[in-house]
Amino acid sequence: MSEMAYEKGQQLPLQTFRVTRADLVRYAGASGDFNPIHWSERTAVGVGLPGVIAHGMYTMALAGRAVTGWVGAADAVLDIGVRFTRPVPVPDTDEGTEVEFTAVIKNVSEDGLVTFDLTAICAGEKVLAQARVVVKQI
Amino acid sequence: MPLDQSFTGRTYPPTEPYQVGREKIREFATAIGADDALYHDVEAAQKAGYRDVVAPPTFPIILSFAAMEQIVTDPELGMDYTRVVHGDQRFSYRRPIVAGDELVVVSSIDDITHRGGHDFLTTRAELATPAGEPVVTVVCKLVVRGHGE
Repeated sequence: MSEMAYEKGQQLPLQTFRVTRADLVRYAGASGDFNPIHWSERTAVGVGLPGVIAHGMYTMALAGRAVTGWVGAADAVLDIGVRFTRPVPVPDTDEGTEVEFTAVIKNVSEDGLVTFDLTAICAGEKVLAQARVVVKQI
Repeated sequence: MPLDQSFTGRTYPPTEPYQVGREKIREFATAIGADDALYHDVEAAQKAGYRDVVAPPTFPIILSFAAMEQIVTDPELGMDYTRVVHGDQRFSYRRPIVAGDELVVVSSIDDITHRGGHDFLTTRAELATPAGEPVVTVVCKLVVRGHGE
């Protein structure tokens, strides 16, 4: 556990997560979301997407990892909410794509709750909006 | 055909209890690339005061997604799931989920609005123990894209 002493307005350092097609297949199995737009290029293109896209919930899970990583406590999240604004296309390559997370501390309450406002970027575009996570300060 | 707004406030019957498995938590944590000891190592979780390994924050989507079947397949509501886009998602915790928990899901429709040719549906899943202890509230907003372009 790291010692947390956050201040309003504080910037958190960049965290980058790589996402490949294999990650999406694994996530589909673990989560039970087998929507083919997350593994079939044919289906994804057929519904007007640029190609296979990541599950929104996979991107949200990465947001959770980013925050627990910054905080240094895997069980700290009390509240996590996001709006999905743009898809995360995942090309069929070994490299896949990357999602970058940064955050700013929006609020530190008197009872020790810290609110993070997250930014998630893939290929230069914001893929989440209103991404807000509340953690309990230990 | 816009969704019938009178479905706002409808609550669906509780699901059968879901048994949160240790290996399922490990599998989910591995799938999101989270190698934190609390998600994998029983001893580490117990040292932190938990009975067993702890689930990552978005783990309850497994239960809420399955329970939402009741809504999206409700023939009276008549959603076209092929036109559904995930809009917003939120998890609000009373306490972390731990392996060995049994959780019952009660799904509700909190809001239906129609604007710009699209339907906006807000669903809420309350996850609680069979004894009624609330554990996490899962709110999901779906957009059902209209046909008119």
